[in-house]
Order: sequence, then C-alpha cells, then structure tokens
Amino acid sequence: MRPRTLFDRIWEAHTVVPEAADHPAVVYVDVHLIHEVTSPQAFSMLRDRGLPVRRPDRTWATVDHSIPTRQTGGRPAWLNAATRRQVETLERNCVRHRVPLFRAGDPGQGIVHVIGPEMGLTQPGRTIVCGDSHTSTHGAFGAWAFGIGTSEVAQVLASQCLLQSRPRTLSIEVSGALRPGVSAKDLILGLIARFGVAAGRGHVIEYRGPAIRRLGMEARMTVCNMSIEAGARAGLVGPDDETFAWLEGREMVPRGDGFDRAVEGWRRLATDEDARFDAELHFDASRLEPMVTWGTNPSMACGVSEPLPEPRGPEARAALDYMGLEPGRPLAGRPVDVVFIGSCTNARISDLRVAAGVLRGRRVHPGTRVLVVPGSASVREQARAERLDEAFLAAGAEWRAPGCSMCIGMNGDHLRSGELAVSTSNRNFEGRQGPGGRTILASPATAAASALAGAVSDPRPWLDP
Amino acid sequence: MKPLSRIVSRTVVLPGDHVDTDQIIPARFLTATTREGLGAGLFADWRRDASGSLRPDFPLNRPEAEGARILVAGANFGCGSSREHAPWALVDAGFEAVISTSFADIFRGNAARNGLAPVELDAAAHAELVASPGAEVSIALETGVATFPGGGSARFTLDPFARRCLLTGLSPLDFLLSHEERIVAYEDGLPRE
Ligand code: SF4
Repeated sequence: MRPRTLFDRIWEAHTVVPEAADHPAVVYVDVHLIHEVTSPQAFSMLRDRGLPVRRPDRTWATVDHSIPTRQTGGRPAWLNAATRRQVETLERNCVRHRVPLFRAGDPGQGIVHVIGPEMGLTQPGRTIVCGDSHTSTHGAFGAWAFGIGTSEVAQVLASQCLLQSRPRTLSIEVSGALRPGVSAKDLILGLIARFGVAAGRGHVIEYRGPAIRRLGMEARMTVCNMSIEAGARAGLVGPDDETFAWLEGREMVPRGDGFDRAVEGWRRLATDEDARFDAELHFDASRLEPMVTWGTNPSMACGVSEPLPEPRGPEARAALDYMGLEPGRPLAGRPVDVVFIGSCTNARISDLRVAAGVLRGRRVHPGTRVLVVPGSASVREQARAERLDEAFLAAGAEWRAPGCSMCIGMNGDHLRSGELAVSTSNRNFEGRQGPGGRTILASPATAAASALAGAVSDPRPWLDP
Repeated sequence: MKPLSRIVSRTVVLPGDHVDTDQIIPARFLTATTREGLGAGLFADWRRDASGSLRPDFPLNRPEAEGARILVAGANFGCGSSREHAPWALVDAGFEAVISTSFADIFRGNAARNGLAPVELDAAAHAELVASPGAEVSIALETGVATFPGGGSARFTLDPFARRCLLTGLSPLDFLLSHEERIVAYEDGLPRE
C-alpha cells in the first residue's frame, strides 16, 4: 500500500462521502466543542429549520470568551448585559438540546482548548472541531483539529459532519534542541518569524523531528495552537509514549485493557517512513533566543535582545508606528504597562509553574499591572495545590478565575488605548487586547521576567539553571 | 441565501496585506446573539477615532464608498479568527464580493457560505484595481470573469461547490442532510466506545 502520513490516515478513516468534481468530501466529526460566542446563531439556524442536535453525546460546551474572571461584591463582574445574555443563551440551548455544559464555577470549566485535552476527549486519530480557530491546539495529540465558522457549527450540530476539500500536507521538521530558557512559545514564534503568516495556507502541518519529540504535551499544544498564526488550519504531532502517558487515567480515556488496545491503535497512526508530504520545511531550533513580537502580526518577531529590524515595506513601518517602537534598538528594556499570563497558548499548569518560578519571593514592578489567568478550573486547582497562587499574589500579581480574559478582551479585562503589554497569548493584531492596545507576544518566562522589571526582559537570568 | 450570479459595482480599495478578522470586526462586537446589524462594527477601529468620530480619510468613509458592493483588499485577507461575524459584517454593510490575491482559509469558506464571493485575481489584475479605486467592476460568477472599465478583464476560479452554492443559493446544510443514509451507515461501522 502507498505510504501514508498521519493526516492521510485520519482523512481516510473519517470520509463518509468521498470528494467529487462538484462537491467536497463529507467528513465525520468525532468531537464537537462549542462556546458562547460562536454558537448562538448556529442554534438559531437549527431552530429556524426545526432540526435537533444529532449527537448531543459528541458535543461539549463550555463558557470562556465573555465570562468575567473576577468578582465584585461576591458576584461575577459581568462587563455588560450582552455578555451575560450570551452565556445565558448557551445555557438555554444546552439544556434544550441536552448538550453537556461546563458553567463558570464548575470543576470542568475552562478555555475550550484547555479542557478538551484535560478531560481526555482529545485523542490521537480523532477529528475535533470548534467554532474557534485555535482548535488547532488539539493537534498536539495527533488529532485532526480545526476551527470552523458558525454556519459550520450548525452543520455539525445537525449532521455530525462537515464538507471538506482535502487539505495539502506540510512537514515542518525541527532539528536541534532548544537552549535552556527557550520554550515552545519561542519555537513557534521563531517558526512564524521565519516562514511567515501565510506559510501554512491550505495545508495541515505535521511538526516533526527531534526538537518536537523532546517537547512535553503541553509544549506541543503551545506549538500546535499557533498553527493558525502560520496560516494553517491545523497542525499536528505524531502521537508517541509521551502522548499516551499524558492521556492515561483521564476521564474520557479507556482504562485497563481498553487503554492498551487504544494505544495499539494509536501507534499505527504514525506517518510512514517513506510517506511524502506536499511541502516540506526545515528549521534549526538550537540557535533560538527567547522571542518577542515587535509588530502587529505574529511574524513580526525577533530575539529579545536583538535590535529591531529596519522595516521592509509599508506594513512593517505602519506596525512599528502603531507599536510606538523604533528600529535599531532591542525591545529589552522597553517599559511595559501590563503583563498578561494566560490564554489557550500558555495557561496550562506547566506555564504557570514557570511563571511562578520567576515571580516567587520577588515583587512585580510597581508601574506594571500583572494578570495571571489560569486556563481552566482544574489548572487553577492544581496551581493552588502547588501554592503557585501564593507566589503570584505575594509578588503583587492578580490571580483570576479561568477564561480567555485579556487574550481577546471581551469580558472587561482589556488594555486601555496606548498601553503596551507583554502577553503570553497568540495574537498581536491591532487592538486585539482592547482598542488602541499594543501587544508583545512572548513566553510565560519572558512575561514573568518583564513583570519584575516593568520592562521587556530576557528571562534567562531569572530562571534556575 | 439568495442566489447571486453577477455583481456590478464601484469598488472600495483597502490595500494592506494580512487584514485580520480583529480589524474586520473587533471582539467587542462579538457579544451579539444574532446576525443582524453587525455592519455597525465593520472596521470599527479603523473607521472611527478614539472619540468615536468617523475618520474622513478611511476609504470606507469617503462619499464614493456609499453603496459600493465590492471591496478590493490585500493578500491573505481575513486571517486570524474563525469568526463568521466578519463576513456577516461585510454583508450587512452591503458587500457582495471581496477581491484579493489570496484569502485566509477559514474566511474564504465563511464568506462563500454567506453570499459574499471571495474573488481571487492574479497580481497584475489586482494591482490595476488597487490603482483605480472607485472603478466600476462587473463580476460574473458563472463564467469566473471580472470585467474592468475600459474593457479589460481577468479570470478567477471559485471552489466548484462554493460557486454552486453562490449561484443557486444551495445551503451546504441541506446538502449534508441529504446524505443522512450514508452518515448513519458510517456511524454503524464505528467501533463502540
Ligand atoms: S484564549 Fe484567546 S485564542 Fe484561546 S480560545 Fe480564548 S480568545 Fe481564543
């Protein structure tokens, strides 16, 4: 048989109706995740047509984007009536259609791309979709996971299927080893800086090579998360022992013999030695520094102590203008107003451990507001058990309830116009974190070090060797 | 969705590359639970200054832009989030087509599903349109030809299924539901979990 890639196998196993000249393939969806922002209109489309949710048992809902992450007077601090209405609409829709929902305060609640893996819903070989572009995160487990629009959310709710043209495959082979203090976030920012924000368009990326194999699962999630920032709809990593060990014992993962059988199947998914990709790129991880973005798309990035490049073209010039930065000088030392440690890119327990390690026993700069927002209730609980929350609070950072928070600035946590932030999230678009706000993307270590200095900082002096 | 076969309109030109969905419609407009009225949020942070006044020099605010149904944009238009609010906002503001040299994957699909034609032209034809904002352009979806003032024209290809949906108003949801039997058969073959 023709040698195949991991993606080829998932595609073939999920084709309900093959592609034809006048229509794309009908592809089956194993897991459908929904949240309050991109689902209300989808449920309305169902209601208009009198259609039920076909597989409520394959659908899971959470609230994350517009929920408050703090309380005032013992009550959730809703930004406005609209955000509250959006959450209540989801609750009503889930009750009506018997879709399981994690509400704010529930132990299973959190950012949709954090809780899927946590529950063990995210498994190798599955198709996973959500009305959210960072669904690519789940690819870290060797699943084909991608973001969809709201009409497609309605299609999946009604048919458990989607129409898909077969994407092309792109191998990104990462050689070398990351140096100490350089993380998965720096790696993906480095990749996007090198290959650009459209490099993956039309493709599913498979991240391969020794540098990827050495990453833990949470680090792989960080890499796959930002596949969309490289223009790809999905990015994945072949499952291995690291993957299986991370999954074992999770709620939705089979136990005992069932687990052993599942692992056997998962092992067979691996890309064949001699399989061909439609395109291939190579990257050497061993020379990377901690990365920071200086512009208004994620490819506008460089090492933290490198001088900012002379702008090539009008977009880079406009980006520097927007950011209030000058070429020729490094970002290190630049004062920052806000540090945000959170988001589906970097708010899992390993991220918080790194940040707490930098902040423990120290104080954040008095001129800098620092927000730490765990990715899920279970991350928050674990952080408490490890007393990371104490480290954050004692350092003068805010410690919030789980949600997207300042990553998207929908819930009242946002930058004020002109403020400059170091943020562990994934988008530095103009106004992404609040109208007029300016975002520097970086790793949790870099963000925490910048919080101490009140200025963009190389984290390496603060990290234990 | 109403069928759409030919779009004839003056253009509005927004030349920058990589216009992301956070610019097309900023996140604070995403708290809506319906699709109507999102045009008010279209390019909100570019259309208005911090005090909320319209910026007269922004292309969509110029008097010539009034009633335009074709937006000419730069490469990789619609990158970023999967929010369908982006095409909803464009459609609500009266647009029926976006012309670019390339579109982000999710945006392209979202646009076509909402009666907004994603028209990809080659760099030379695109440059010609960028250089003449307000030009009267005719887009024929059936034949895949865009005609410029002065008689010049350029070909484009739409995804065949997207084209069929635009031309006939066919809904992808109906198409999926018509395969119910195949879906059931597929599910019957799935291992029990
Ligand atoms: S954390 Fe940010 S990127 Fe992730 S799902 Fe929430 S809003 Fe989207």
